Amino acid sequence: MLIMSGMKRWALVLAVVALYILHQDIWNWTDRRLVFGVLPVGLFYHGCFSAAASLLMWALVKFAWPSELEREIEEREATGEVKTN
Amino acid sequence: MIPAIFVFIYLAAVVYIGVFAFKKSRGSHKAEDYFLANRSLGTFVFLMSLFGTNMTAVAILGSSGHAFTNGIVTYGLMASSSGLVIPLTIFLIGTRVWALGKKYGFITPVQMFRDRWECGHIGTAIFAVQAVLLVPYIIIGIMGGGTTLSAISGGFVPYWLGGAVVAVVVMSYVFFGGMRGTAWVNTFQTVLFLVFGVIALGVIGSGMGGFRASAEALANSDATKWLVTRERFSPYQFFSYTFIPLSAIAFPHILIFCLTAKKMVQFKKTVIFYPLCILLIWLPCVFLGVMANRVSDVPAIRAKQEARRVLATQGKAMEPAQRDELRDKAAGDDVILLLLERYAPLWLAGILGAGIMAAVMASDSQILALSTMFTEDVFAFYGGKRRFGEAVQVQTGRAFVVVLTLLAYLVALRAPETIFEIAIQYAFSGFAAMSPLMIAAIFWRGSTKWGALASTVWVACAVAAVAYFQQTVSAPAPGGPPLVFWSPGGTDILARTPGGTSVYGFTPVVPMVLISALLMIVVSLLTSKPRRETIEKYFSKAGAA
Repeated sequence: MLIMSGMKRWALVLAVVALYILHQDIWNWTDRRLVFGVLPVGLFYHGCFSAAASLLMWALVKFAWPSELEREIEEREATGEVKTN
Repeated sequence: MIPAIFVFIYLAAVVYIGVFAFKKSRGSHKAEDYFLANRSLGTFVFLMSLFGTNMTAVAILGSSGHAFTNGIVTYGLMASSSGLVIPLTIFLIGTRVWALGKKYGFITPVQMFRDRWECGHIGTAIFAVQAVLLVPYIIIGIMGGGTTLSAISGGFVPYWLGGAVVAVVVMSYVFFGGMRGTAWVNTFQTVLFLVFGVIALGVIGSGMGGFRASAEALANSDATKWLVTRERFSPYQFFSYTFIPLSAIAFPHILIFCLTAKKMVQFKKTVIFYPLCILLIWLPCVFLGVMANRVSDVPAIRAKQEARRVLATQGKAMEPAQRDELRDKAAGDDVILLLLERYAPLWLAGILGAGIMAAVMASDSQILALSTMFTEDVFAFYGGKRRFGEAVQVQTGRAFVVVLTLLAYLVALRAPETIFEIAIQYAFSGFAAMSPLMIAAIFWRGSTKWGALASTVWVACAVAAVAYFQQTVSAPAPGGPPLVFWSPGGTDILARTPGGTSVYGFTPVVPMVLISALLMIVVSLLTSKPRRETIEKYFSKAGAA
């Protein structure tokens, strides 16, 4: 279980680093092709990049959420150590 | 004038929301209620207001203006990198700051720094640098308001009056509604300007007879093909811009917003939807800014295109003052307004104008944040709260809102640079370079107050140096080579570029962030740590966030 969570963590770190590197799309630098005849390929690529970033955030929330912090605050709220709104 | 009427109706609605929020709080004199909405924001308001507070005039006016001048590179520079870095930092740091705020009652980042590093006056130094860096952000909002109202009313409302109207409206709902009013207004504004981008794209596209012909013409002409590529932009500079979004988590107003969430679960949807919200607002604005280069039936846009052509062909032979004058004429901050004026029916231009105003007026939370910081980090810290009570503390915060807005308005009347340039060169870079403080405070038990002070002093000096350099050395003509200022041994270290400053090929934000982080590490290693109990409070399993 520990190994799995360690592997999962590294996979997520790798995904973040990979997406950061993919931001630097040198291969599109001078490409003036138009996607769907209207959208410059460099703009289309970075639009897709934004969608990929959202997917990555979903993965982080799903697999790396700091739930121990959440639990701790809820416990403290239950015992009145921190204020409940 | 009809569009301006819609905008005034919108402004009245915004003031009403602020006053309604005041009634909801029943005039509470509690600092936590006024400054943090009692840490009670739900998921939708938290997402919309956090996103909205980070999207100033830059999002609509600055992005389309920058794209008009520089092409599609604008989206990759600011939008897509922000869509990755900002939600990532909110996920990693924002959630932890929220938990610390809940546990220890922090209202500002400086309160946390003071507690974490056991420091008093060093916290005041951090406050001072943050405050100075935040003011340009507030000025952007007022400048954008003046530009927008003036353009929408066809010049009937002059720039100075437009700026004044925006300043008074923002001041009113921040004054009365505090954080609750600001968050509700931001939510309303964010919904408006998210819808804006899509509608504007449809209306202007229909007016121009579709974008296909314009896009093909831009891509196939030697004179304009660089607008649909990034061939005029160095990959080093492009990379540099990925450092800028680090500023978000160091901005006091963003961190203070992180403290307003009712539950931690509210962060989940915020980080997932943040990149999509950026896509929705920035992509249409950047695209429209680029397409404006093919517009030939709007005299004001033609004048900009002509000014840019003259600057590119004759700029090298001109005096710096002449170049600056032409650069101002070629600036595209109002290009999207001109497109709407030309292609949208009057009533729709009015509604869309209100959407632009929504983005422009996002400086409200910066004003509130500065007021919160002043009353908590200075007034309360130096005994004001103890001596005069919490009610006087809240009144002091309100008075600060008035004074700050007035000062920002006066500066906005005199500031000559474009919205985008001011934002990037001063506020964003400075705050990005302050992000190592936040990271070290939360993730590195070995960090010390002296490391924090070294980073803070470095940021202040670096921002001042960049500002001085760019004010004294005039920018070269666009498209031309950079003006090399310092090249020991034939290596270009410092140069003035048409868009700003280059340090070894990178924009100044890169060395600013790296040296700030290095100073934090080295100085912390050399100086004594806080007490063991303090460190345990943050890093033991029972106390860590």
